[in-house]
Amino acid sequence: MENLPRIVAVLLDGVPETVIAAAGGILLTILLAFSAGLALLSEHRLLRAISRTYVEFFRGTSEVVQLFWIYFVLPVLVGIQLLPLFAGVVVLGLNHGAYGAEIVRGAVSSVPKAQVEGAKALSFSPRDIRWRVVMPQAVLEMLPSFNNLFIQLLKSTAILSFIVVSEVTERGVQVLVPNFGDDIVLIFVLMLLIYLVLAVLITAVMRWLERIGARRLGRRPSASARTAAVAAAH
Amino acid sequence: MQPSEPMIVFEGVEKRFGDHVVLSDLDMTVAPGEHVTLIGPSGSGKTTILRLLMCLEKVDAGTIRVGGRYLTHMEKNGGLVPADERYSREVRKRIGMVFQQFNLFPNMTVRRNLTEAPTRVLGLSKDEANARAEELLDLVGLGDKIDAHPTQLSGGQQQRVAIARALAMRPDVLLLDEVTSALDPELVAGVLSLLQDIGKSTDITILCVTHEMGFAQDFSHRVMMFDGGRIIEDAPPEELFGAPRHERTRTFLQAVSG
Repeated sequence: MENLPRIVAVLLDGVPETVIAAAGGILLTILLAFSAGLALLSEHRLLRAISRTYVEFFRGTSEVVQLFWIYFVLPVLVGIQLLPLFAGVVVLGLNHGAYGAEIVRGAVSSVPKAQVEGAKALSFSPRDIRWRVVMPQAVLEMLPSFNNLFIQLLKSTAILSFIVVSEVTERGVQVLVPNFGDDIVLIFVLMLLIYLVLAVLITAVMRWLERIGARRLGRRPSASARTAAVAAAH
Repeated sequence: MQPSEPMIVFEGVEKRFGDHVVLSDLDMTVAPGEHVTLIGPSGSGKTTILRLLMCLEKVDAGTIRVGGRYLTHMEKNGGLVPADERYSREVRKRIGMVFQQFNLFPNMTVRRNLTEAPTRVLGLSKDEANARAEELLDLVGLGDKIDAHPTQLSGGQQQRVAIARALAMRPDVLLLDEVTSALDPELVAGVLSLLQDIGKSTDITILCVTHEMGFAQDFSHRVMMFDGGRIIEDAPPEELFGAPRHERTRTFLQAVSG
């Protein structure tokens, strides 16, 4: 236990990189999820096809292999060498954006048709129907699923250790284990705890958003939303 | 619009869902300010007429005119072509609709439910739209609920808000689609008497689908009995309810009166 302060210090040293990777990945995920999700619902076949291809490709192939492609193969093919952390953010975003697209598509299509008809009966333009009636309701529906997705993304940041980004897992495995081999249990317990704390933070933010959203609908968060948020935190 | 011109004209309207013919070769006219109730068994095409007027469905044949303008078609190079979204939106601004399930927007307060379309669609200023909303909520007896959310209201209150929301667009034509069918029995009378008041105090043309025969009798100038996508009887309420000519009408009225 006498090594505890040093071990903690080294692991905490990796937290900024983990947080940057997760935050960047989440931003890119949101962007891609909405673009691809709405494209999946588009009237234009080509848009739907492009989006469907993107979703199936990134959902259906290994995240680690994708990372190696972007980091190791891309430079050979086209001569672009991305910074490791940036390559990580791109892969995390592309991957989770593909899952997020299905969340967006599902939530938008779950808004009752009656809402669209009510809006049409008031002669709203298609754009107003989408952005003032359908999306505000759909976004609230998405929050619990996005909470899960963001937590998964956070945990996936550990794959960045493969391309030597000095995030939490890389610190633990590459720096601590070789030097403090006797404390291996302690090291990995602390690593788990760090991810848990970060995941709880994500859940706290998402639940706060859910509460704001629920208040705008004049109700408390739905039972299913609460259960999902609790399940995600564990 | 000429003074003598009907408010609503259906000419040879046909509507099919797959092989099922919902309306066939339907002609009908409704005069400005007239209250017409559509009755008939479910699936007889009554609601489809309202949905066609609201452009929630498209005609398969025939034309519909509202206030002297084509709703289903637009004139182009001297001929008629099917209306595009922008054109029919323009014509149906004059039409309001109240639905069975209210269809209020849960993401907006009562106030915004009433002001959003007048500001976005009609271009009213915020103050004008607010004044209109407050006036209409007072009319439907819910002045104190302006900052509530729809989910905090009872079904009857939600339907009153929905009526106010439709009126906020100052429509020439109001479509009422089984507006009391989803309400608890004790809330029905209040909503119906509100509609009576609105019918008496405005000159809005009203087309109404309902199973409330007592209301139909008091409220309508004319009642149309539908069956199998056709109008089989079309008469003033005292005639249609008092002395129905058609056998089908008689059996239907007996069935609904229990």
